[in-house]
Amino acid sequence: MSEYVLEMTEVSKSFPGVKALDNVQLKLRPGKVHALMGENGAGKSTLMKCMFGIYKMDQGQILMDGQPVTIHDPMDALRKGIAMVHQELQPIPARTVGENIFLGRYPMKKALGFIPMVDHAKMYADTADLLKKVRMNFDPKQKVGELSVSQMQSVEIAKAVSANCRVLILDEPTSSLTANEVEALFRIIEDLKAEGVAIVYISHKMDEILRIGDEVTIMRDGRYIGTWDASELTTDKIITLMVGRELTNLYPKRENVPGEVVFEVKDFTSINPRSFRNVSFQLRRGEILGVGGLVGAQRTELMEGLFGIRSHTTGQIFYKGQEITITRPKDAIDQGIAMLTEDRRGSGIMGVLSVADNISISSLNKYLDHGYFINGKKVEQLVQDNVKKMNIKTPSSKTLIKSLSGGNQQKVLVGRWLANNPDVLILDEPTRGIDVGAKYEIYCIIADLAKEGKSIIMISSEMSELIGMSDRIMVMCDGRVTGFVEGSEATQENIMTYATQFE
Amino acid sequence: MEATKTQESFVSKLIKVITRNPIVFLLLIAAIVVGCLVENFFSWANLTNLLSNTAIRFLIALGVSGCLITKGTDLSAGRQVGFAAVVAGIMCQRGDYNGRLWKFLPEMNIGLVFVIVVLVGLFWGLINGLIVSKLHVPPFIATLGTQTIIYGISLVISDAQPIGGFQKIYTTLINGRIGNVRGFHLPYLLFVAAVFGLVFWFIYNKMRFGKYMYAIGGNDIAAEVSGVNTTRTLIRIYTTAGIMYAVAGYLLAAKSGGASASMGQGYELEAIAGCTIGGVSTTGGIGTVPGILIGVLVFELLKIILQFLGVNPYYNYVVQGLVIVLAVALDIRKYIAKK
Repeated sequence: MSEYVLEMTEVSKSFPGVKALDNVQLKLRPGKVHALMGENGAGKSTLMKCMFGIYKMDQGQILMDGQPVTIHDPMDALRKGIAMVHQELQPIPARTVGENIFLGRYPMKKALGFIPMVDHAKMYADTADLLKKVRMNFDPKQKVGELSVSQMQSVEIAKAVSANCRVLILDEPTSSLTANEVEALFRIIEDLKAEGVAIVYISHKMDEILRIGDEVTIMRDGRYIGTWDASELTTDKIITLMVGRELTNLYPKRENVPGEVVFEVKDFTSINPRSFRNVSFQLRRGEILGVGGLVGAQRTELMEGLFGIRSHTTGQIFYKGQEITITRPKDAIDQGIAMLTEDRRGSGIMGVLSVADNISISSLNKYLDHGYFINGKKVEQLVQDNVKKMNIKTPSSKTLIKSLSGGNQQKVLVGRWLANNPDVLILDEPTRGIDVGAKYEIYCIIADLAKEGKSIIMISSEMSELIGMSDRIMVMCDGRVTGFVEGSEATQENIMTYATQFE
Repeated sequence: MEATKTQESFVSKLIKVITRNPIVFLLLIAAIVVGCLVENFFSWANLTNLLSNTAIRFLIALGVSGCLITKGTDLSAGRQVGFAAVVAGIMCQRGDYNGRLWKFLPEMNIGLVFVIVVLVGLFWGLINGLIVSKLHVPPFIATLGTQTIIYGISLVISDAQPIGGFQKIYTTLINGRIGNVRGFHLPYLLFVAAVFGLVFWFIYNKMRFGKYMYAIGGNDIAAEVSGVNTTRTLIRIYTTAGIMYAVAGYLLAAKSGGASASMGQGYELEAIAGCTIGGVSTTGGIGTVPGILIGVLVFELLKIILQFLGVNPYYNYVVQGLVIVLAVALDIRKYIAKK
């Protein structure tokens, strides 16, 4: 009998252009909580998806009880005793707790001896037992949509337990829980440990890791850094291990000089109590303000709130000294604010339309003849200017944007915004999913814009990019601004310290 | 993907066009076969018939195309046509006609009636647009509801009776035509359709409204983020559609020489089928005016083929339904394959 319930060894996985996992290992002991740590993009999720059968490994092995196994898909993983509670829960809100737990494997019975039907009595009795096991005492027939987030999570854990799992993966389980709810979760974890379940615990919260973790594996840039006993580690040591790398990217020299304040936000709070709150900051003319933080820090939500995509309850926005009201993106655009959204496919490009249509959609008013008719020549001129200025590689202006590479799509979107000649540009993860060469070109564009006197807010989850490009960095954690770091003094350590400052 | 475009041979280009539009080519081949087998199929009279049938259907298809391009639909199209026909019919009755429905009305100028009918269409379209964009009711359900409402009101105002006794000028003007070459005429309706076709081509390609429409169909979130007023654009799309159905209804009543509440029943499906065959994609953002014209023409051709083959007219419904499903299934396949 092996001392490990599950081992992953020499696991590698590549996506087009990226090596997401490079020779990684993970060994889980029964009855222990194994914390998996690393920066955004370190490869934690990819590794878990390999274990859970969502991704196929390019290379490597999974052993259970010392025997090699192949996991084909999530159903297969469940059969083998591996369960996962995802960071973003996906329950079916309109159905009951019992139906959610037994979805896809309802207990059946034969009515009149031959008509197969769902055995509701057994399902709800089993559900009640399971809920007792996770120390929850709500009605198995309650609709899941009526539960709180932590209760929904308990349902997910109950679901995992009901599969008699031996390995339970918890991906950021406390990211949306209150302190009391976290305590309840920890009690469930203790119970599961006592039953010999191996738990993979993914979290950025150092105090939690040090409190309930038995072992800690740290990953960085898709590589395995090492495994330690939690008792050997301190918060500082974990941070150093997580971020300890040299800057590999090069950044253009910036010649911008920040001037007077042009944009100011005071006490900005979301309509959603778990999102951004009490945010205040200033942005200067010609300044690049980086925004750092972990996944879930609500950076995107804050910026979308400022741009009118999301709603806020309180807060003021001042633009060039005047208070302005923004309730929809058009209001922000009319003021001279632009926002390059994070999800290029979801809220950026219009895939089936041409490069010309995509680049001109936000500024069509400028190309009208007699106020009504679009002047094709002016639009073509806009496309050509941008193609030349940003080195966009496209066969023609009529090419569909979806056939361009990610970097070129991004340049078209930058062009869309620049056509409005905005003074403030919000860039949300401007280089995500873009290859290295195109990244550098985007950095140069950003640096040039700042030099021209445009003010830039850049959200980035890449530490080196934040440090390499920002005049100043605003760090957020869990919806709050936890600190500002001057670009010249920024280090991965001091940013990470602010980024993990949970309440 | 590649910047360099290889010179395609004419044959491979042709094959590409055929595989992209299989239904169009299948029906063209069917037409040729039927034309060779059945006498009088290739006749000038038949062509005139085809073109004037197509003209009105084309107007309805133009109306519904905006809804389809923005990933919506308009199931009330047919009933709106019927409503417009009823209103036009009642108002265009002769002053000395015994069966006049609204006896309190004087004999009305048919130009004035046209304006009234268009305003009524605008009203129904506006209602649809408001329900879809402000109340966020899915277009399928919204227009399914208004379809029934409009039909009900049509029945009420027409007293569920057929309406006849039109002013002569109304029917002769709309059914007028130019020339006579061995039975082939150019119906006025054709010019009306051509004018609207050009106007729509212009709107879709050269005006901000058209660009916004394609943008919403391509990615509604991106359009909103880019500053497009998606609410207003959707309202305008459904309103424009209503106007087109009204025009079609006004013409249809005159063309048929009578009107009733059941007029236009099922036209929404014919219009949607025509659009889909002509390359308007239900996945949004795609569709051209020439494509819509070809789609409607081909669909009318199908109906005439069935008629010439002597198929029991009830089977028309079966065939039309199959073609609609097939057209959408083929269209969807283009996008599934690419994922």
